[in-house]
Amino acid sequence: MTVYLPIAELSVNVFVILGMGAAVGFLSGMFGVGGGFLITPLLIFYNIPPAVAVATGANQVVASSISGAISHFRRGTLDIKLGVVLLVGGLVGATLGVRLFVLLRQLGQLDLIVSLLYVILLGTVGGLMLYESINSMRRAARNETVTMRKPGQHNWVHRLPFKMRFKRSKLYLSVIPVLALGFSIGILTSIMGVGGGFIMVPAMIYLLRIPTNVVIGTSLFQIIFVTAFTTVVQATTNYSVDIVLAGLLMIAGVIGAQYGVRVGQRMRGEQLRAGLALLVLAVGIRLGLGLVLPPDEIYSIETGSLGY
Amino acid sequence: MARLFALAALLVSVACGQAAAQFGEPPRSLNSKFREHLDIGISTNEIAIAPDFRGVDITVFGAVDGVDEFLLAIGAYDIIVALEGPKRQAIVRRKERVAGIWVNRHSILFEPIPASYSISSTRTLDSITKPMELATRDTGIDNIRLVPTGAVGDGSRLSEFREAFRRIKQTTGLYQRDPSGVQFVSKSLFKASVRLPANIPIGQHTVRAELYRNGQFIMEAKVPLRVVKTGLEQFTYDLAHQHALLYGCLSVLFAVVTGWLGSLLFRRD
Repeated sequence: MTVYLPIAELSVNVFVILGMGAAVGFLSGMFGVGGGFLITPLLIFYNIPPAVAVATGANQVVASSISGAISHFRRGTLDIKLGVVLLVGGLVGATLGVRLFVLLRQLGQLDLIVSLLYVILLGTVGGLMLYESINSMRRAARNETVTMRKPGQHNWVHRLPFKMRFKRSKLYLSVIPVLALGFSIGILTSIMGVGGGFIMVPAMIYLLRIPTNVVIGTSLFQIIFVTAFTTVVQATTNYSVDIVLAGLLMIAGVIGAQYGVRVGQRMRGEQLRAGLALLVLAVGIRLGLGLVLPPDEIYSIETGSLGY
Repeated sequence: MARLFALAALLVSVACGQAAAQFGEPPRSLNSKFREHLDIGISTNEIAIAPDFRGVDITVFGAVDGVDEFLLAIGAYDIIVALEGPKRQAIVRRKERVAGIWVNRHSILFEPIPASYSISSTRTLDSITKPMELATRDTGIDNIRLVPTGAVGDGSRLSEFREAFRRIKQTTGLYQRDPSGVQFVSKSLFKASVRLPANIPIGQHTVRAELYRNGQFIMEAKVPLRVVKTGLEQFTYDLAHQHALLYGCLSVLFAVVTGWLGSLLFRRD
């Protein structure tokens, strides 16, 4: 059964899209990630124009992150003040990112930059996660206790000026790294269609030393608003948000996520992380091959619309 | 078509209360020195793209008046029917290997060209008439005029870019040809089938038919064909382009509701 995507202006198999959404939803529920970094490349592999894939990916992240955000908000496990500072950086970043997106499209380099960014990001994050999870698996096998570096220790980040007190996180921290982090995530959201949790969470824990109990809630707070904002800005500047595509992905994703959560609870942390790392690396390698292997056709046509 | 036009003009002028006489009789054909006259018609003026659209064949019927029976019998008449899509600007880009990665390096912008083109004829084009004749009328995939605009960096590559454009358009099915797609069904009636591919561009298409006698162009006839999206798809498209802010907010709202409903339905308490 095919369905016509009104914005992407092409017909797709509805079951392929639903399957993609369910699979990514399952994985995102299992690993506790937003799934944007999987949805966007998968859509590109399925010949959805990258401009549509990125904008629709951002929209899909709103749906996959909202339930987590609500439950953290209810439990109060987030630092709103910190979240707002992150958000300010994020909104500026997203605005600039969409400008950059338009410019890259005009130059005909959007597909390249999107793929390159994905290869670099997925390669780095996947590699680091795999390394870390294999190490902890080894340690577990030797029955060693895992010693995490204690949050609260100071590093160069804490010597920066313009300090602000974040009561909920019990931190007295410069706003510069917080704004910068929010800003870079905002750019990634608008150019790559990701929430950016997989970068933000480690950066908040290891770089800013924010207590782990508020990290997830605060990052989700930022992600929800930045992805929502990006969706609206993409819709108004590039007209590239496909609500039919996004709707199919969301509905399948929300259902898939519920099963993913159940499976994830039965698995061990480091196994889970190793699995996610392998997945992230595989997507990165697939995109990387597309850049390196000689293409079948070195010419491409771009007409007025979003398609090829 | 010309007669229809005259009729419409007449109706309009009557409605306006003006004297119909002030409208002159429009010329019956471009080349009035020929007796032959070509008329075409299609069963519909509008094709709606439904969600499960997979392409469609359109049959164009036509009649040639005033044919010379002898010339018809020896096959001296030839007809070419082309369905031209809406004209759109196109950028052709060429990838090159830079530091091991394939990057778009050169690009040429072409003036608006039909986004799709499906041509049928009684014989192969080169056996119907001389290449010059076809070229002056932009008839045939190889004769569609590709005029570069703006800065053309390396002019020596222009022909490669043009070839690439035609090649890609044909491999994606947007440009098609059928050298035996036009058949005479009686002495003066013919039918032609042109293919609309699944990825047909939305907009105003034109069916253009040309009549040739012994390789000499006699006249052409045109009929418009609109390709539109069906209700919901068109509505979504219009909303996204004309009320983009509202559309963006709706997309976000839809995402919030879907995510929230999901967490309500599947709550594990």
